[in-house]
Amino acid sequence: MTTAEQTTERSLPKPQFTDAEAGAKVFPDSTARNYNYFVPQKRRQTHYEDVTVEVQPDPRHYLAQGWIYGFSDGRGGYPLDWTALKAWGSDRPEPERFPGSGGKGYDWPAHGWHEFRDPNEEWELTLYKYNANVVRQLAANVDAARQTKAFEQWNPNWVSFVESHVGAWMHVEHGLGLYVFSNANRRGPTNMHNTAVAVNGMHRIRTAQDLALYNLTLSEEIEGFDGSAHLEAWNSDPAWQGVRRVAEQLTCVDDWAEAVFAVNVVFEPLIGELFRSHLVQQASPRNGDYVTPTVVGAGEHDYATRDLRYTIAMFEPLVNDKEFADHNKTTMDQWLSVWVPRCLEAARAMQPLWSQPDAKPPRFEDGLDRCKSRFTGILSDLGLETPKELAQ
Amino acid sequence: MSRQSVAKAHQKIQELAWEPLYHEPVSQYGTDYTFSKATKKDPLKQVLRSYFPMQEEKDSRVYGASDGAIRGNMFRQVQERWLEWQKLFLSIIPLPEISAARAMPLLFHNVPNPELHNGQAIQMIDEVRHSTIQQNLKRLYMNNYIDPAGFNSSLRNFQNDYCGTIGRQFAEGFITGDAITAASIYLTIVAETAFTNTLFVAMPAEAAANGDYLLPTVFHSVQSDESRHISNGYATLLMALADEGNHELLERDLRYAWWNNHRVVDAAIGTFIEYGTKDRRKDRESYAEMWRRWIYDDYYRSYLVPLEKYGLVIPHDLIEESWNQIWNKGYVHEVAQFFCTGWVANYWRMDPMTDKDFEWFEYKYPGWYSKYGAWWENYNRLSIPNGHNPIVFEDVDYAYPHRCWTCMVPCLVREDMVMADVDGQTRTYCHEACKWTDTVAFRPTFHGRETPSMGRLIGKREWETLYHGWNWADVVSDMGYVRDDGKTMVAQPHLNLDPKKMWTLDHLRRCPPLQSPNVLLNEMSKDEQKAFHADYTAHGPAGKAPVKA
Ligand SMILES: [Fe+2]
Ligand SMILES: [Fe+2]
Repeated sequence: MTTAEQTTERSLPKPQFTDAEAGAKVFPDSTARNYNYFVPQKRRQTHYEDVTVEVQPDPRHYLAQGWIYGFSDGRGGYPLDWTALKAWGSDRPEPERFPGSGGKGYDWPAHGWHEFRDPNEEWELTLYKYNANVVRQLAANVDAARQTKAFEQWNPNWVSFVESHVGAWMHVEHGLGLYVFSNANRRGPTNMHNTAVAVNGMHRIRTAQDLALYNLTLSEEIEGFDGSAHLEAWNSDPAWQGVRRVAEQLTCVDDWAEAVFAVNVVFEPLIGELFRSHLVQQASPRNGDYVTPTVVGAGEHDYATRDLRYTIAMFEPLVNDKEFADHNKTTMDQWLSVWVPRCLEAARAMQPLWSQPDAKPPRFEDGLDRCKSRFTGILSDLGLETPKELAQ
Repeated sequence: MSRQSVAKAHQKIQELAWEPLYHEPVSQYGTDYTFSKATKKDPLKQVLRSYFPMQEEKDSRVYGASDGAIRGNMFRQVQERWLEWQKLFLSIIPLPEISAARAMPLLFHNVPNPELHNGQAIQMIDEVRHSTIQQNLKRLYMNNYIDPAGFNSSLRNFQNDYCGTIGRQFAEGFITGDAITAASIYLTIVAETAFTNTLFVAMPAEAAANGDYLLPTVFHSVQSDESRHISNGYATLLMALADEGNHELLERDLRYAWWNNHRVVDAAIGTFIEYGTKDRRKDRESYAEMWRRWIYDDYYRSYLVPLEKYGLVIPHDLIEESWNQIWNKGYVHEVAQFFCTGWVANYWRMDPMTDKDFEWFEYKYPGWYSKYGAWWENYNRLSIPNGHNPIVFEDVDYAYPHRCWTCMVPCLVREDMVMADVDGQTRTYCHEACKWTDTVAFRPTFHGRETPSMGRLIGKREWETLYHGWNWADVVSDMGYVRDDGKTMVAQPHLNLDPKKMWTLDHLRRCPPLQSPNVLLNEMSKDEQKAFHADYTAHGPAGKAPVKA
C-alpha cells in the first residue's frame, strides 16, 4: 500500500496562468502608467508625490459632491481659513453644485496650496529609515559611553547641569511635538502640508524620548544623578519659566500656519538653537562630556537639515504668492512682531544657565547675537524683513 | 531593547507630560462627552526607540516582497477579475488611513490623559505609514499589471465618483463632528476593532487565492499596527464609561457607527470577496461565513458583550439585523449587482459571472440562482457592445434604485426603504437605521439633551443630482473615465482588452439621458410620493418588479 492512496488532496487555490502582466497586450491606456491627476513639481513625478499628492481631496477641483461629514457648524474637510495666510486662488468660492451642474471644479490645482512639496520627500519609507537610524546611532553612542565609563569624568556641577537643564529641554520637545505639530496635522489644506508637520511632530516626540531615556541611563550610571531634577527645573526654575510660557503660548495658537511658523522660524533659532548649539554643545566638551552633544545633536540635526528645510519651502512661496504676497507678508510680519519679543524675553530669562557649568561656554550675548543673525538669515531665505523687535 | 528595559523606558517617558501653568491650550474640537481626569494606563507600552526600528524592519520585508513579486513575474498569474476591483478598493483606502492620522488631535484636549496621547501620536504616524504604503502598492499595480486604466486616474476618480462618497464616510466620519464620536467610537471602537478584521485579514486571503500575494504582504503589515490602535480606543472607551452621563451618547454613537460601518464596509469588502474572486472551492469561506467568524463571534460576542457590565448599551438589535441583511436579504449580492448595473459610471472592469460562479453562489447561499441568476445571465449577454445599450438601459427586470441619504449606498433591499422630509427635501433611506442617523443622531439635540458638538451630514449626497439631464457620454467625459485614445471607456462590463470589444463614448452618446431619482422624487406631489414608495418597496429581491397576481 502506498501512502498516496491514503492522502486526500488538500484544498488549495490553484494558481493559473493569466498573463495579466504589463505589456502583454496593446490597447487604449496600455502604456499610461503614471498617476495622471496632478502636475509634478519638476519634470518627472517623484515617488513621494505619487504616494502623497491628492490623497486629501479638495472640493475646488475633483471632489464633486463636496465634503459629506461636517462639524456642528456644517463645515467639513480642511477649511482654507484655518490659517490667515492665503495662496493664489484661495478666495474663489467652492464650485456650486445643483441639479445638472456637472461635477467639474477649477482646473487642477485650483489654488496655490497644492503646489507645496516637502523637499525632504517624507513618506513612510523615508521617515522610518531616518528615525530608526537616529535611535540606533544614539543607543550605540550612549552604550559606548557607558562601557568606556565616559560619565565618570563629569564634574559635579556638570552632572547637575545635565540632570536639570538638558533634562528640562525634553519637555519643550514633547509639548511642541504633540500639541503644535501633531495637532497641526489635522489642519493644513493639503496632504503635503499635513504629512510634513506630522513627520516634524514625530521628530520632536522622538527627541523628547531620546532625552528622557538618556536621563534614565544617567540615573543608572552616575551615582547621585537625580532623574527627577528635570521636573523641578521645568516646573519652577525661573530660568525655564520664560521658555515654558512661550511653549504654552505656542499651544494656544489656533492658526496652524502661525503655530508652525512661530516654532520653526522664530522659536527654534532664538531659543532652541541658543540653548542647544550655543550652550549645551559648547559647554559639554569643556566639561568633559562628549556624549550629551550626540544626543542633543540629533534633535539639532532634525531641525537644521529637515524641519527648517520644509518650513522654508512651505512659507517662501506664500511670501511671493502671485495673488496674496502682500497679504501674506503683512500677516507674517504681524506674527514676527508678536513672537520675536516673546522669544527674546524667554531667551534672556535663560541667561543664568550660562554661568552654571564650571568650564564656561562662550558668552550668552555672543550666542544670542549669532542666533539673531541665523534668524535674519532664515527671514531673508523667506523673503521677509528683519522686524524692529529683534533689536530689543 | 529587552522587554524589561522597554517597560522601564515606558515608565520613564511618562515624565514627559506636563500640564500648562500659564496659558490654556486652544480647544479646536468639541465633544458632548465628559471625562474626569483619570490615570488610565497606556496599555501598549510603546517607546519610539524600539518602535522606529521595528517599523523599519517591517518595511524592509514588505519592499523585499515587492521586488520579489516583480522579479518572479507575479502578474502572469494574477486574476484580472480580482485586480480590477482593487482599482476601487485602493482608490478608497488611502484616505481613510490618512484620516485616521488626522483624527488623533481631536482626542488630545478632549481626553484628559496625557499617557494616552503618546499612543495617539504613534497611531498618527502609523496611519501615515498605512496611507502611503497603500498608495505605493497601487502604484506598483499601475506599473506592472496589464491594464493601468483606473489606477492611473485613481484619486481623481475617487473624488468624483459616487463610490468615493460611500468610501469617504469611512474617513470623514473620523475627523469631524463630536470628537469622541468621530475619533474614538466610530474610528477605533467600531471601524478598527470590528471591521478592519475583514479588511485586513479576510481580504488578503482572497487576494492570495487570486494570485496576488503583494496585497497580503502589505495588509498584514498594516494589520500588525492595528492592535495598538484598538488598545487606544479601548482605554478611551473605559474612561468614557466611567461617567454615567456619557452612557446615552455611547449608545447613540455605537448604533450610528455600527450601522454605518455595516452598510459601507460590508457593501464594498463583501463585493470584492464574493464577486471579485475566481476561487470557487466549496470549502473556502464565503463573506457571510467570514463575517460570522470575525465580526459576530470575535468582535460582538468576545469584545462588545463583555463591556455590557460596565454599562455599555450594545445595539444587539442592529447587529442581528446586519446579519439578517447579509444572510437573509442578500445585502452583498444586491450591492454587487448594483455596481455592475452602473458599470458605466465607474472606473474599473467588472467580469461577468460564469456557471462555475453560479454553482458556488447557490451552494453558499441557497436560493441565490432564482433571485440573481437571470440578471447575471443578462449581464453576460450584454457585456460586449453589439448594437444594444449598457445593461442599465436595457429591460432586464431591474429597477434602478434610489440612494440612501445617510450611507449613500443605494436602497437595495427594496422592502426596507423609508422616506422622510428633512430640511426641506424628501429623502430616501436604505433602512430605518439610516433614517435615524440623519433625523435623530446627527442633530443638535438628542433625546431632549443638548448635543451642540454633534456633526452634520453635509454635501451633495446624491451623485445623480449633479448630472440630472446629462447625456451619459458627457457624464463620463466630465468625470474623466476615458482612455488615452479619447473615446474608449475606462470601465467595461467584461475583461476583454480587444479594442473592438470595448465600449466607447460613441456607444453612450445614443443612450437616454441621466435622471436623478431624488430630483424626480422631489418633483412629485405627496400622493405621488406615497404611491412611489409603495411601488418601490414591493420590488426585489434583485431589483425585480413585483409579480402581478
Ligand atoms: Fe490604519
Ligand atoms: Fe443607508
